[in-house]
Amino acid sequence: MSTREGEIVQFDNVGLRYGTDREVLSNVTFSLYSGRFYFLTGASGAGKTSLLKLLYLAQRPSRGAIRMFGRDVITLPRDKLPDFRRRMGVVFQDFRLVDHLSAFDNVALPLRVSGVREADLREPVADMLEWVGLAHRAEARPATLSGGEQQRVAIARAVIGRPEILIADEPTGNVDPEMAVKLLRLFEALNRLGTTVVVATHDVQLLRKVPDSLIMRLSKGMLADPTGALRYPPRREGTVGESV
Amino acid sequence: MKRPPALASAVDRGLAPFRGRRAAGLLPQARLGGPMPWVIAIMVALTVVAAGGALALSNMVSTASGDLAGSATVQIIDPDAGQRAAQVEAVQDVLAQDPSVEGFRVVPEEDIAELLEPWLGTGEEVEAVPLPSLVDVELREGSGREDYARLEATMREVAPRARIDAQSDWLAPVLSALSALKWMAFALILMLGFVGAAAVWLAARNALGGNRKTIEVVHLLGGSDDQIARIFQRSILLDAVIGGVLGLVAGVLAMSLLARQFGALQSGMVAGGTLTAIDWVLIGLVPLFAVAIAVYTARMTVLSSLRKSL
Repeated sequence: MSTREGEIVQFDNVGLRYGTDREVLSNVTFSLYSGRFYFLTGASGAGKTSLLKLLYLAQRPSRGAIRMFGRDVITLPRDKLPDFRRRMGVVFQDFRLVDHLSAFDNVALPLRVSGVREADLREPVADMLEWVGLAHRAEARPATLSGGEQQRVAIARAVIGRPEILIADEPTGNVDPEMAVKLLRLFEALNRLGTTVVVATHDVQLLRKVPDSLIMRLSKGMLADPTGALRYPPRREGTVGESV
Repeated sequence: MKRPPALASAVDRGLAPFRGRRAAGLLPQARLGGPMPWVIAIMVALTVVAAGGALALSNMVSTASGDLAGSATVQIIDPDAGQRAAQVEAVQDVLAQDPSVEGFRVVPEEDIAELLEPWLGTGEEVEAVPLPSLVDVELREGSGREDYARLEATMREVAPRARIDAQSDWLAPVLSALSALKWMAFALILMLGFVGAAAVWLAARNALGGNRKTIEVVHLLGGSDDQIARIFQRSILLDAVIGGVLGLVAGVLAMSLLARQFGALQSGMVAGGTLTAIDWVLIGLVPLFAVAIAVYTARMTVLSSLRKSL
């Protein structure tokens, strides 16, 4: 499986099943290109979260091939996976903030894990909290933050290390429409800085808010193109999906 | 809205390993702490007492064996005092000429009487009891059973009622029992080590279970198994150091108390069980071993558990 220029993720005929159940993802083939904004959409249970888990290396596929940043990640030794994960930012559907750490410490976590010195991370983390409008809640524990604030802390944590790819699972699922648009603007701003963004959502209204985005639609575990407006698997010339 | 901060320069300035207080802060201390220092303290205290006992017994056996190895007593049991005296003279001649004999001493009758006084008492009736004559013999170093046999055979020719007893023979069952106790104490130390490791294993697994969500997040943020294992190591290290110090103090106090009790016996053999400076150093190493075992066990437990995840 060769990698085309700008291609940072390549799924080839990927299938995923949990235990002996039927496949939750079947024959999934697509590529993601650097600096693009993707929406992954589909009804609940379509397999969006499962696909994202494969993307952020929380799950190995049952079959098929996955290449990320030019390397086959399926055969990659376990001890090499952290390096790949550090190149990604993930916003989990349930935020997964560490309960006993402050907002500041939660946002600082990826940097600390990456080995950035304390003296070097204080300013970037403070800036990031300010960027998401939570500078005044830096010392607050997640339990004392509202859903929207927790969402923003999760986003700040995901982007603090300037990941090459940002993966967000239903990032607007727990916030009001106004906050959803605000969060989307954060992702767009990050995308303009060169980060590839993948946002999983079942909210079709959201798709229209990012004009240059590309859409991947999942249906019953398969990448579908029911309207004919989308082109999957990718065209030979390397275009993935189509703008809406 | 401001641009997100660029971290490249900070990263370029240098990376520091994810360890220390900040890393340890990922786990609430109570999860691995709690009873752990006390469990380790009890293990260390018991191990210190067992090690002290084993070393003391070892010294006792070694001193007693050394003292007795070349010692023998010649007994001449003859009711006729004249015959007995003649045989003593003859035995002295044999001992003086034997090349394996370093020295000898005829035990004065008064000493023998004094030795037997608790059993026989004093008085004219007792004086009528014929006491055996005793000769303490010191053999040269390296003398063995064949020397005893030869000496006894030579003595028998001139003193038919003479009998030689190697002191190590009659004390052999005592020494054997002490030696068995010593090995039991060492076995006890090993078992305590296993039990301590098992306790840490359980605590680490419990802590892993309790912190599974946090660990999963750290993993997905790019944390390596080694980084996560270090967090647990640090946590158990603190517990083990506290427990080790407490256990050492408690163990040494218990040993001092026991030493005082045994010292009151004023027995020559017990005095041979005094601990040497090296023994004290070894006892001082017990908490260090406990810390090393605890940290290693915690690391292995965490790593083997993490390997089951992606």
